[in-house]
Amino acid sequence: MPNVGIVIVSHSPKVAEGAADMVRQMVGDTVPLAYAGGNPEGGLGTSVDAILSAIDRAWSDAGVAVMVDLGGAETNSEMAIELLSESRRDHVVVCNAPLVEGSVIAATEASGGSSLAKVKATAEELSP
Amino acid sequence: MADVLIEQLIRAAALAVIRDADELTALDAAIGDGDHGINMKRGAEAVLAELPKLDGKPPADVLRASGMQLVMKVGGASGPLYGTLAMELGKALPVEPTRAEFAVALAKAIDAVKARGKSDWGQKTMLDVLFPLHRAVAAGEAPPAIKAKALAAAEATVPMRATRGRASFLGERSIGHMDPGARSSALMIAAICDALGG
Repeated sequence: MPNVGIVIVSHSPKVAEGAADMVRQMVGDTVPLAYAGGNPEGGLGTSVDAILSAIDRAWSDAGVAVMVDLGGAETNSEMAIELLSESRRDHVVVCNAPLVEGSVIAATEASGGSSLAKVKATAEELSP
Repeated sequence: MADVLIEQLIRAAALAVIRDADELTALDAAIGDGDHGINMKRGAEAVLAELPKLDGKPPADVLRASGMQLVMKVGGASGPLYGTLAMELGKALPVEPTRAEFAVALAKAIDAVKARGKSDWGQKTMLDVLFPLHRAVAAGEAPPAIKAKALAAAEATVPMRATRGRASFLGERSIGHMDPGARSSALMIAAICDALGG
């Protein structure tokens, strides 16, 4: 089984890219990783289309954990998951965790071959 | 409802959002991230661009396609929220709905918005306009009365304290401002009621 993939979704393209850099520094290429930042025009916000594309790029048969920053990122990520094909939909979860710390912890957990449920649970331990 | 009518109503709602985008952005700047008007305008323009391609399609398809444009183009939480409202309404409406059937479909669509936003009535959101809208529709009220209730419901969010959405971060400081999502809902409902006449 391949490692769980990680998708980072931020309102800010710079935050999304920066968080992805921090994940790469920790786990290298052992974890499928993609990020989506900014609204459909590239300003602050999130884009369902960009999130769908990131999930596709980070796809793993072990599933994909989506890390989000604020409200709209979560709502748009959940919408994107619903738009996935039926065979993929149940293998993608949104994690309720701080974006940067959660992404690094989730990816580190994923790099050891943990299940999607375990990756999500480890990231969410960071939440108050 | 004739096919041409649903397109006219969607067009009226989209034009209202575009017309009042600056007001919506100003409301959002006070208690949110200041992009509601800009985001909704982007979505409304995408819907207007899509409408000619939907000519002659059944109302359910027109609503679904319009909702999908909002989902894809708005860029904030309001995209999936309004998109879900339109798409679920399209899914729930029978071909030639009676008023009662429309009210039932509207209730289903509003429930879907509740689930999408993990929100409920009284949290200073668009739901505080959609709930009274449903009550007025179900009670068989005429468009002018529905419009008045929707606009009043948005005003009634001013003294509320936000407990959902970005405005909730402000706590007490969210009190005294109208919720931008409630206002955009009311503006679209008002435009639709005006188009329906009375």
